[in-house]
Amino acid sequence: MKHLLDTASLSRNDAIAILDIAEEMALVSEREVKKLPVLRGRTVVNLFFEDSTRTRLSFEAAAKRLSADVLNFSAKGSSVSKGESLQDTIQTISAMGADAIVVRHSGAGTAHRLAHTGWIDVPVVNAGDGTHEHPTQALLDAFTLRRALAGVPASGPVAGGPRGQGLDGAKVAIVGDVLHSRVARSNVHLLSGLGADVHLIAPATLLPWGVEDWPVTVHYDFDAALSAEDFAAVMMLRVQHERMHESFFPNAREYARLWGLSAARLEKLPAETFIMHPGPMNRGFEISAAAADSPRALVLDQVENGVSVRMAVLYRLLTGQEETND
Amino acid sequence: MTDYLIRGADVLGRGAADIAVRDGRIVEPELLDPDATEIVDAAGLVALPGLVDMHTHLREPGKEDAETVLTGSRSAAAGGFTCVHAMANTAPVADTAGVVEQVHRLGRSAGFTEVVPVGAVTIGLEGRQLAELGAMARSAARVRMFSDDGICVSDPLLMRRALEYVKTFDGIIAQHAQEPRLTEGAQMNESAVSAELGLPGWPAVAEESIIARDVLLAEHVGSRLHICHVSTAGSVDLIRWAKARGVAVTAEVTPHHLMLTDELVRTFDPVYKVNPPLRTDVDVTALRKALADGTIDVVGTDHAPHTAEHKCSEWTAAAMGMVGMESALSIVVAAMADYDFGFGDVARVMSTAPARITGASGHGSLEIGASANIVLVDPSAAHTIDPAAHATKGRNNPFAGVEVTAQVTDTFFYGHRVLAAGALTTPHPAGATWTDH
Repeated sequence: MKHLLDTASLSRNDAIAILDIAEEMALVSEREVKKLPVLRGRTVVNLFFEDSTRTRLSFEAAAKRLSADVLNFSAKGSSVSKGESLQDTIQTISAMGADAIVVRHSGAGTAHRLAHTGWIDVPVVNAGDGTHEHPTQALLDAFTLRRALAGVPASGPVAGGPRGQGLDGAKVAIVGDVLHSRVARSNVHLLSGLGADVHLIAPATLLPWGVEDWPVTVHYDFDAALSAEDFAAVMMLRVQHERMHESFFPNAREYARLWGLSAARLEKLPAETFIMHPGPMNRGFEISAAAADSPRALVLDQVENGVSVRMAVLYRLLTGQEETND
Repeated sequence: MTDYLIRGADVLGRGAADIAVRDGRIVEPELLDPDATEIVDAAGLVALPGLVDMHTHLREPGKEDAETVLTGSRSAAAGGFTCVHAMANTAPVADTAGVVEQVHRLGRSAGFTEVVPVGAVTIGLEGRQLAELGAMARSAARVRMFSDDGICVSDPLLMRRALEYVKTFDGIIAQHAQEPRLTEGAQMNESAVSAELGLPGWPAVAEESIIARDVLLAEHVGSRLHICHVSTAGSVDLIRWAKARGVAVTAEVTPHHLMLTDELVRTFDPVYKVNPPLRTDVDVTALRKALADGTIDVVGTDHAPHTAEHKCSEWTAAAMGMVGMESALSIVVAAMADYDFGFGDVARVMSTAPARITGASGHGSLEIGASANIVLVDPSAAHTIDPAAHATKGRNNPFAGVEVTAQVTDTFFYGHRVLAAGALTTPHPAGATWTDH
């Protein structure tokens, strides 16, 4: 693995290897000094062309726990807002001595482009490109789910964590705006690659064209899907309010009524079904407060695991001890 | 001017013959003065009438860093085109007699190909008010084809009026069929690939719905309609249906839509970003069949040079468009290899038909008495396409590294050999006086 650009091309073995390294990384948090010296003297650049405090902080925490130096670049107020090209921006930053680039951009394919144009020659981690992919989010979701399904604490150090395992047979529902969601795309590839049975639940307007050919089961009706299927986890996607102005659905009330994880639907969920959300949540819209705060919600575990998973990714790419598989 | 005897060329793929060129016209060989005639040994080469491109963007005035009329004309000559139509989306837009006359004059002074300006349908390509179509038609540029290419004339009433109005001077409206609301923010063909890549899609129906509307409008008002760069199988069906009804519609396909599919977008290399977008295998097959059976009348390159900074970027920020005049013939021959499609058919779709549709009377014929616009093609010159070696300023050719067999070797432009054995020579010596006009 030279880069982590997507989950579509991530093999099951590579994915499990990253999750297993993340188990080791989670153990670091119980140390007195929560740091590993493995990336000392290396520089990780967080190149964020799109605002995202949460993901950037998570990558920053991950790099720092591995003792790397971290440079944060945000496009706002930088030369990018004055019209600098992607090539000039990336080469400028590279000239300052980056050993890895973590990039978020509003356009699909930008991380792929940075990795393959020859402008720079360092590992690239995609931290979200448009509505394409967000592979570390999917990895942290898989990590959290693997923990939860193994019956061990969903986050934190676990000495006997579920290493070496996939998600075989787990039935996972992804609910909401799949069309505009890079989280959904990355999860469809990764979770099904790990053996999970992925179901998408959304109005037809928020499903990608040709979704019937994806390796998933599609439901338009949330209630019917909940009655018919026994989901191990229900992953709610963030829906942006402005979508209703683009006629993807009539209004927030109708969306919440038909596709939100309301208190009533929470009641109907089997007791062992976990609730996930990549955040930030729109409470009262796609997820009710009752669901978000329920003991079955893994939302904060997902955030915590994000740091371990990103540590694992940076470690794997920067220590380069693995066979290449780009 | 030098007279030429082109000896032993396979004329239109129908057998070897000599072509005599004297004073810019094709004449009987016995009329040549043997002491003042240059012999061109064309054994093994195919002779076709000079190619006519209904669809180019020469970028001048306004975007001379991307292309000029001169560099575009040299590119045309190198690709075998003796006549090219220059689209109106320049800066300023070619929506007045002044601008079209400027482009026309630049073409004449360049002297490598006949540059025919296309007039804008609407002022500023804004789709609100008709441009001065009559003034452009009556100008020295004698504009007959009008297009807002790059932008669809989406207002149905305005489209109807434009179709009716140009009947006054036997004009034709060339439509860029793209329903704007269905393609807002579109980055590529809407398909399984766009769904996976998360790039906003440009659905086939956005093209087809406009074509359906416009062929009905053209039928209703009895006007001539040309559909630019047809890209979908559904569009082919609609055009076939319209032609069967007797609608005066003609259609064009680009070399890249005959060859490439949206699978290439997976590379996120903006050289594959174009409008209309690359489609699917099913579409490519339908377009090839339609070109072979005459449903699609012509190949137009949609030659669209862009500076490197508009292509060496992330996909979503990159400009749409590909260059293609210098690879067009090679690619068309390669794309149609599996069909019953000989050099006579190449001449039909790349010369005779576009000359007829646009009224380019100096082109499209190798008959005695015709203007000597001739191209020689080596049908078995296996080579790899190298955009860096092309005469166009644009390097955004999607066929870099592709191996092809046919290659244009010589171009005679109103009797002057502007391309000789693969090398560009000099402009036509007669400067402003070479045309039949």
